[in-house]
Amino acid sequence: MISGNRWWIAVPLVPVLAVLGWAGFAPLHVTSHDELFEIPKGTYARRMAGDKVEILPSRIRLTLGLNDVLLLRNLDEVPQVFGPTIMMPGQNFRLPFEKASSYQFACTAHASGQMTILVEPEPVMPWSRIHWRVREWWENRTR
Amino acid sequence: MTPLARARGVAVLLCAGTIAQANTPAAADSLKAGVLSPVMAAPELELHGSDGQALNLARFRGKVVLLAFGFSSCGEVCPITLATLAGARKKLGAVATNVQVVYVTVDPERDDAARMKKFLSSFDPSFVGGVGSRAEIDAAQKSYGISSTKQVYADGNYTIGHSSSIYMIDRAGGLRAVMPYGHTADDFVHDLKILLRL
Repeated sequence: MISGNRWWIAVPLVPVLAVLGWAGFAPLHVTSHDELFEIPKGTYARRMAGDKVEILPSRIRLTLGLNDVLLLRNLDEVPQVFGPTIMMPGQNFRLPFEKASSYQFACTAHASGQMTILVEPEPVMPWSRIHWRVREWWENRTR
Repeated sequence: MTPLARARGVAVLLCAGTIAQANTPAAADSLKAGVLSPVMAAPELELHGSDGQALNLARFRGKVVLLAFGFSSCGEVCPITLATLAGARKKLGAVATNVQVVYVTVDPERDDAARMKKFLSSFDPSFVGGVGSRAEIDAAQKSYGISSTKQVYADGNYTIGHSSSIYMIDRAGGLRAVMPYGHTADDFVHDLKILLRL
């Protein structure tokens, strides 16, 4: 308990609690459910030249109800196989997810030939919402 | 205008609106399957059908084709896929006549037309299998990006790991969508109802 002459110690806590309250209880908003990844032009040629640079992340994280649609765009000049399908040059593949799980896909755009899609449940609890907001902020900052 | 004529006009407009809605990209975007855009012609097959006829997609123009790859000795993935597709056709009722399942073998050394016919008939007699020489099957697999890996047991027997997605080809022969393995018959019914309207 804060004694009468130390009430000012609680003052800095007020904005912190307000921010945490907002982050935990305010509805989450996204501008689009699509998480876009592009296979750039020349990917196949670079692979053939021995370049093992990763074009796409080997692990993609999606969240149900928020960004739960994987949108792949093949800008390369050759067909690319992504998991369940072959994508022709210039073609998009829009794959929605409805179940939280870890999905392993073959992907020719990767040096390893593999790609993992981790689909997480919708953040409903205040703590999971705060966690999601912090992670989104951090990932946008480092992207 | 009489009230009856006015009602007919409203009904026609509502129907036209529904059809127009089904033809929009937004309708295709509501599929549970992964959607390919722009829609391109599905690569043609040049195989032999388990029904004794030449197997090509042009044969089924006007129907929605569900195309998948597998083999008759498959003990895990193929029976589940085929049972799911048979279940979806059953749930569709009369319109299922507009849906054709084509199942192409990845094991041409063991699967011939008779064997595929017997295997597929145990799920749904309307299913058509695709068989051919190793070169013909390889060409079909390559055109759809299908991978398959043979795993040989100590006794010389073998199994084959293979891509397990189901390609959804619209009535005009366009490769419209791809359903990853693991979806339910209800998911297929949902998407087929949309594809049958496109």
